[in-house]
Amino acid sequence: MAIDIAADRQTDGVRRRRRAVRLSVRDRIAVAVMVGVPLVVVGGLIWFPTFASVALSFTSWDGIGGLGTIKWVGTENYQQIAEIYPPFWPAFRHNLIWLGFLALIATPFGLLLAYQLDKRIRGTRVYQSIFFLPVVLSLAIIGFIWQLVYSPDQGLINNVIGRTSQSGHLIDWLGDSSINLWAVLVAAGWRHAGYIMILYLAGLKSIDPSLREAAAIDGAGEWHAFRTVIFPALRPINIVVVVITVIEALRAFDIVYIVNRGRNGLELLSILVTDNIIGEASRIGYGSALGAILLVISIVPIVVFVWNSFEEKNVRVFRFTGRRT
Amino acid sequence: MSEPRPPSPDPAGAGNNALTRRGLLYSGAAGVAAVYGLKSTSGSAAVRRLTRSAAGTVTVGSNYSDAIPKKAFAATLKKFTQTSGVSVKLNSVDHNTFQEQINSYLQGQPQDVFTWFAGYRMQFFAQRNLLTPIDDVWEKLKPQFSPALQAASKGLDGKYYFVPLYNYPWAVFYRPSLFKEKGYTVPKTWDQFIALAKKMKADGNPMVFTDKDGWPAMGTFDYINMRTNGYDFHVRLMAGKEAWDGAKVKAVFDHWRELLPHYNDGILGKTWQEGGTDLQNKKGGMYVLGSFVGIQFTDKAAHDELTFFAFPQINPKWGQDSVEAPIDGFLMSKKAKNVDEAKKLMGFLGTATAAETYLATDPNDVATNKRASTKKYNALQKKAQKLIGGAKHISQFMDRDTRPDFASTVMIPALQQFINKPDDVASLVKNIEKQKKAIFGQ
Amino acid sequence: MTSATVAASRRRAVRRRRVHLPRVGLHVFLIATAVVWLAPILWAVFTSLRPYADTNEHGYVSFPHSLSFTNYKNAWIQGDIGTHFVNSIIITLPAIALVLLFAASVAFVVSRLSFWFNVPMLIFFMAANLLPQQVILTPLYRMYLEIPLPTWMSDSGLMYDSYIGLIAINVAFQTGFCTFVLSNYMKTIPSTLNEAARVDGAGIVRQFFGIILPLCKPALAALATLEFTWIYNDFLWAIVLMSTGDKRPITSSITNLQGVYFTDTNLISAAAVMIALPTIVVFALLQKQFVSGLTLGASKG
Repeated sequence: MAIDIAADRQTDGVRRRRRAVRLSVRDRIAVAVMVGVPLVVVGGLIWFPTFASVALSFTSWDGIGGLGTIKWVGTENYQQIAEIYPPFWPAFRHNLIWLGFLALIATPFGLLLAYQLDKRIRGTRVYQSIFFLPVVLSLAIIGFIWQLVYSPDQGLINNVIGRTSQSGHLIDWLGDSSINLWAVLVAAGWRHAGYIMILYLAGLKSIDPSLREAAAIDGAGEWHAFRTVIFPALRPINIVVVVITVIEALRAFDIVYIVNRGRNGLELLSILVTDNIIGEASRIGYGSALGAILLVISIVPIVVFVWNSFEEKNVRVFRFTGRRT
Repeated sequence: MSEPRPPSPDPAGAGNNALTRRGLLYSGAAGVAAVYGLKSTSGSAAVRRLTRSAAGTVTVGSNYSDAIPKKAFAATLKKFTQTSGVSVKLNSVDHNTFQEQINSYLQGQPQDVFTWFAGYRMQFFAQRNLLTPIDDVWEKLKPQFSPALQAASKGLDGKYYFVPLYNYPWAVFYRPSLFKEKGYTVPKTWDQFIALAKKMKADGNPMVFTDKDGWPAMGTFDYINMRTNGYDFHVRLMAGKEAWDGAKVKAVFDHWRELLPHYNDGILGKTWQEGGTDLQNKKGGMYVLGSFVGIQFTDKAAHDELTFFAFPQINPKWGQDSVEAPIDGFLMSKKAKNVDEAKKLMGFLGTATAAETYLATDPNDVATNKRASTKKYNALQKKAQKLIGGAKHISQFMDRDTRPDFASTVMIPALQQFINKPDDVASLVKNIEKQKKAIFGQ
Repeated sequence: MTSATVAASRRRAVRRRRVHLPRVGLHVFLIATAVVWLAPILWAVFTSLRPYADTNEHGYVSFPHSLSFTNYKNAWIQGDIGTHFVNSIIITLPAIALVLLFAASVAFVVSRLSFWFNVPMLIFFMAANLLPQQVILTPLYRMYLEIPLPTWMSDSGLMYDSYIGLIAINVAFQTGFCTFVLSNYMKTIPSTLNEAARVDGAGIVRQFFGIILPLCKPALAALATLEFTWIYNDFLWAIVLMSTGDKRPITSSITNLQGVYFTDTNLISAAAVMIALPTIVVFALLQKQFVSGLTLGASKG
C-alpha cells in the first residue's frame, strides 16, 4: 500500500511538474514579460517610494542638493510632530471625526437608500442615477460646488436663511473652525453615500429571495427582518464597505485642499504631508515622517481587506491548481 | 506665500475637445510616445519651454499670471526683443503654483530667467547654489539704484543675484469719499487708529481684515512689530535670532488684540479679493494691504480716488520710519542654458525703460530704478513712491524675510490661531519659539 | 386551497392595504432626498448661467433677469479649458489602456497558471492600490526629478513635468484594483477553452489575446468606465508632478481659476460644470458598466 501511495504521489508530482514544464521557452518569456513589466512599474513607482519614504522619515533634508545632503536624525521628526507641531493632533482628531462621520452617518445612509431603492418602486433607476451622480465628480469639483453653497455672502444657504454679513449674525460655514469640518463632511458624505448605496444595491440583489420571504412571513416588523436576516446576509459586502470607508477617511484630501488648503479647523494628516513637502517649505524628512504615520494607520484596513479577499481566494486558487485534467 | 498679484489663468487660444472612444487597448508604445513628441512640438498660443534654445533666444519663467501683470510683462519682453534682437520664450505659470513648486522647479529644468522676490527667500536659494551671480550685470546697474535696493539684491555672500523691477507699499488703504461722508480723519497714532476702527465698526463699515489665505495677516504683524520694537528687532526676529516668547513679541500681540474686536466678521472665511471688493463697495472702511488691492477696484471712480495713509505710530522712538515694500524682480537660474542672452535680459529688466514699459500697463506699483520717469504716475503711485522713497528702513514682508518653511508651516497657522483665540498668546508664542528652534536650528 | 395558504394570502392582502401609507411616505422621502441631493449641482449650473452683472445687482438667490452662456465662453478662454481637456485626454486614454493591459496580463497568469507567487503577487498589486497617495509623494517626485527621458518623449527632459510621468503613476496606482477584478472574472471562464487552444499549439500570448481577453470584454468595459472617471478626476498627482501650467490635465487646473481677481463665482461655476461634464456624460451613457465595474470588485466574482 505504502508503495502505491508513494507511486501515486510521485505520479501526482510528475503530472504537476509536467504541466509546468509544458510551458515552452517562448511561453516562459511571455509570462515573464506579462508579469514582470507590471511588477516593475508598480514596484518601482509605489513600493519603492513607500519604503524610501519610511527611510526618509528618520532624516532631515530640505530636498535641495543631492542625496548627500541628507542628515540622519533618528526619531527626532516623530518627537517634534507629537510634541510641538500644533496641527498634528488636531489633524489626527479630524481624521477620526471624518471616519466616524462616514462610518456612522454616510455609510448607513447609503445602506438606507439602497434598501429603499431595492423595493423596486417606480422611478428606481432615476433615483439611483441621482444618488450616484456625486460619485463620478472629482472631489476637487465637489469642493468647488459646495463652496458655492457655503459661501458667506454669495452662497445658497446663507442667502436662503438670511445670515449673510449684511444681515448680521453671519454663519461662516467654511471660515469658522468650530463648524467648517462638519460642513465639509456633509459634502464628503454626500459623495460617499452614493458609492455605498451602489455596493449595497448589488449585495441586496444577490440575497436569496426565499430568505426574505421567510423573514417576512415571520410576521415580525421590517426592522427586525432587516437586522436578523438581511444584514447578516450582506456580510461580504459589509467587509468591503468597512474597508472602503476607512480608506476614504484616511485618504481625504482634495475637498479640504480646495476649500482653504487645509487650515483653520480643516487640518488632515494628508494635508500636513503635502504642506511640508510640496510648497516652499520643503521639509522632506518631516513630511515623510507624517506620511509614515499615515501609512502605519492605513496598513490595518489594507491587511483586513487583503486577508478577507484571500480567505476565499486561497480556496479558489487551490481548487484550481489541484484540478486534474 | 505672499500674493502680491492675484493669480489668473492665461488667455490663450482654445484647444479642441477630441474625446475619442476608448479603443486604444492595444496602442503601441511608439504611437503613444509619438503623441507626446507631437504635443511637445505643437504649442498652445502662449507657452512652451525648450531645454535647448536656438542661439539668440532666452527662456523666461513667469508667475505674472493674471491678466494685467501678464500683459504688462509681455509688453516689457517685447521691448527687450525690439532693442536687443534676442527672442524670448515665455513660460507663464499660475501665480501660487509657481511659488509652491519653486524647489522642484529650480532643480528640474528651470528657464534661464525667472520671476521672484527680494529678501531672505532669494538669498536662501543663492546659498543653496541654485542661482547664477550677476555681478557683471550690476556693473552698469549700480548707479541706477539706491543703496537700500542694491543691498536687497545681494545674496548672503555679498554677490549680486537679483534684478528689481518694481516694488509696492503695504499701508492702510481707504476711500476718501467714505471718510468725508462719515467724518473720519486720518489717524497718526495708535490710539487714534483704534478709536477710528471702533467708530467704523459702529457705523457698519468696519475695518477690513481677511486671512483665509493665511498670509495677509503677516502684513499687520510686521507693521505692529516694527512700530513697537523697531526695524532691527524685526529683522533679527525674522532671521530667527530673537525669542518669540519674549516680552517684545508678546507686546505686539497685545496691541493687535486691541484691534481685533473692530474687524469685520468672518475673517478666516474671506480672501483678500473679497476684502478689496468690500473696500470698493464702502462695506469696509479701511484695509491694511498692499497697493495691489487696486486690482480689485473695477469701478473707475473708486479706483481713481483710492489712496492710503501710513501705518500709525505706536512708539514715538520708531515713529513711522519703516515701510513694508516688497520688491519683485528676476533671478537667473544656475542651470541657465543661454547665459549671455540671459544676462542681456537681466540687464535690460533693471533699466528705467523696462520699468516704464511695465508700469504703463500695470499702474499699481512703483519703479525701483531711480531714473524711471514718474511723469505718468497716477496719484496713488506718486504717493507710494514718496512713502517708499522717504522710508528709513524697508522690510520685505514676513514670508520673504524669513525662512519659507517657517513662514508657511509655522506662522500661517499660528496667526490664524491667534485670530481664533486672541487671549491665549502665552502658549502660542511658546510653541512658535519651540518650532523656530527646531527649524532654524537645522 | 389549504388553510395555510388562505391565511397567507389574506395576510398578504392586509399587508398590501396597510402598505399604501408607508409607500407614500417612502416616495416623499425619496423625492425630498433626491431634490436635496441634486441641489448643489443644480445651484452650480444655475449660477453659471447668470451673467455677473445680474447677480451683482440682484444677489445670487434671486430670479434671473437674463440667462446666457457668457460665463462658459469666458471660463473656456480664461481657464484655457480646451488645452487642459486635451491634456486630460492625452493622459487618461493611454493610462486606461495600459492599466487594463497590465491588469489583464497579471490576472491571466494568476488565474490560469499555477505558480507559487500567484497569491503574493496579487497582494503586492492590491495593497498598492489602497495606499494613501501622500505616503509615496516625496520619493516619487524626487525620483521623477532624477529620471531622464529623451526629449521626444518629454519636453522637460525628465520624467518630472511630463505626460509619461503622469500616465505612469496613474497606471501604477490603478493596476491593483483592476487586477483583482479581472482575476476574479477570469476565474469564471472555464479553463477548457484555453486548454483546447493550448493543445492545438497556441502559446500563452495567443491564448491571452485570442481567447481570454475577448471573453473579458464586459469586465474590461466596466473597468474602463471606472478608470476613466478615476484617472480623469485625479488631482494630487497632477499638481505635484506637472509643473508647467499648460500641460496640466483639467481637474488640477481648477486651481487656476481660484482667485481670479473677481472672485467671479459665476465664472467658476461655469468652469466647474464644464470640467464635470465628461464624467457625467460617461456615467449617463455607460451607467450599467460603471455599476457592474464597482460591484465586480466588491463581491467576489
